[in-house]
Amino acid sequence: MKRVSAWVTYLQVAPLALVFLLFLVVPIATIIVVSFFDYNTTQIIPAFLLQNYEELLLSPVTWRTYGQTIQFSAITWALTLVIGFLVAYFLAFHVRSPTWQMVLFLVCTIPFWTSNVIRMISWIPFLGRNGLANMTLIQLGLIREPLEFLLFSNFAVVLAYVHLYTLFMVVPIFNSMMRIDRSLLEAARDAGASGWQTLWTVIVPLCKPGIAIGSIFMITIVMGDFVTVRMMSGGQSASVSLMMMNAMSLLQYPAAAANAVVLLLLVLFTVAAMMRLVDIRKEL
Amino acid sequence: MNGRRGPGYWLLAGFFALFVLFLYGPTLTILVLSFQGPSGGLTFPMNGVSVHWFKNLFEKQMVGDFAGSLQRSMVLGVAAMLVTVIASFSAGLAFRSRFRGSAFIFYLSIASLIVPSILISLGIGLLYRVLGWDTAWYSSAFGAHLTWTLPFGLLIMFAVFNRFDRRYEEAARDLGATSWQTIRFVVIPILLPSLIGVGLFGFTLSYDEFARSLYTSGTFNTLPLEIYGMTTNVTTPVLYALGTVTTGVSFLVIALALISFTWVRRRRQRHGSDAGKAA
Repeated sequence: MKRVSAWVTYLQVAPLALVFLLFLVVPIATIIVVSFFDYNTTQIIPAFLLQNYEELLLSPVTWRTYGQTIQFSAITWALTLVIGFLVAYFLAFHVRSPTWQMVLFLVCTIPFWTSNVIRMISWIPFLGRNGLANMTLIQLGLIREPLEFLLFSNFAVVLAYVHLYTLFMVVPIFNSMMRIDRSLLEAARDAGASGWQTLWTVIVPLCKPGIAIGSIFMITIVMGDFVTVRMMSGGQSASVSLMMMNAMSLLQYPAAAANAVVLLLLVLFTVAAMMRLVDIRKEL
Repeated sequence: MNGRRGPGYWLLAGFFALFVLFLYGPTLTILVLSFQGPSGGLTFPMNGVSVHWFKNLFEKQMVGDFAGSLQRSMVLGVAAMLVTVIASFSAGLAFRSRFRGSAFIFYLSIASLIVPSILISLGIGLLYRVLGWDTAWYSSAFGAHLTWTLPFGLLIMFAVFNRFDRRYEEAARDLGATSWQTIRFVVIPILLPSLIGVGLFGFTLSYDEFARSLYTSGTFNTLPLEIYGMTTNVTTPVLYALGTVTTGVSFLVIALALISFTWVRRRRQRHGSDAGKAA
């Protein structure tokens, strides 16, 4: 095979590399630098201070907010994992015709290509005080007063997360399942494994890479989220990103930057731990 | 798999149906409610049926700059789509050979996916502030969107090239094609459906992007920002009309992608390509 000369290769990868350099590497570096800056009410002042980090880490609000965000991540992760696994399992092992598999898979993915903000708004007529859920429950005689916790609550936040992001679990797990050699399942059955045993000892271990990728997506999305928390909790719950945005709106850029660095480290450590379970490049 | 469907099948099928209902139910509800009569509210019952709220949507003074933000988001989406398709395809070609720094660029694109969007938004916003530049939807927000669309494009191209049979290229070269001719007349036509897919990701991810636009789009809002602003101060079904229009645009784009996808496949079958038929 003819070797492509090296500079052609570099030229081909240059546009992509340039975008990441200018709009990912440099901005993150800026955040890190600014996190050590000083500031007053009108401007930011170049300096090298640890004060922003001190103030951040010594405040009980910070710890509460991080706790809340981690809690949201954990609950959402557990729910999407179970739902995502079941949906992927149905698609991969129960739907037999490839055409139907394709169609149903598309049905699951289409909402991913529509607006998240709109999909959150669309819960209002369901969950509101006079929404469909309350109306139905009242008519069935199950409750007398409308339930208040449905909209603008932590319940609504988690519901919206599951609604918006379960797909990020379904796709990688489905991908892993489709690569499982079907003769392995037959072999398990021939060797006398029950349905559950096949599931636990053959399918689940082979799905680990997909589960890891889906989990990485879920955890990074929820940890960095603020729109869902803001909209679905009606401003009652906090998230790390919301805390950062508050600092931004008060023009305390270095304080926001310090918080951003802490969040980034937390996310990167979590992901690094999960990456040990999976080689992403092998999964494509 | 044995012939009869067990109870496990029906349980999972029911679960799947519920999941689909859960995915689509709310959107369908606001679709219906956006045709609420002029005196109707945010919830059922419907007070008549009208297109009142759609008309309302296009009256500029009522609900901010809907038409302008829609236009900006469309332009941005198309630009992001073109750049994503070209840059991912070209990077996909590059990644087929090992080169110094390939692992680094690969990890950069993974990082671009997993670093929370708000941090990228914040970083670009801060960078422009430090440099004294003004952020704008066509410069800083465009770059911010590309950091989200390009990793998806690149990962898709990886998956595609992993399944691509390089013997087609070798055959073309043996027949005397230059490398540009090989790409233009062999590689691109074979990969066209996947490139359409990458384009779909490029457009829709940019068109719906909120967090990465927040600190990067400057004076003029993109559509998701405009919608978000409306949620805090608009309490009429005009919000739903907006939702219906935006979702309509998304569905149109998805449909276009699917149609061109099938069209490419049909054409390929009709023209009796012998691709893949060789022993």
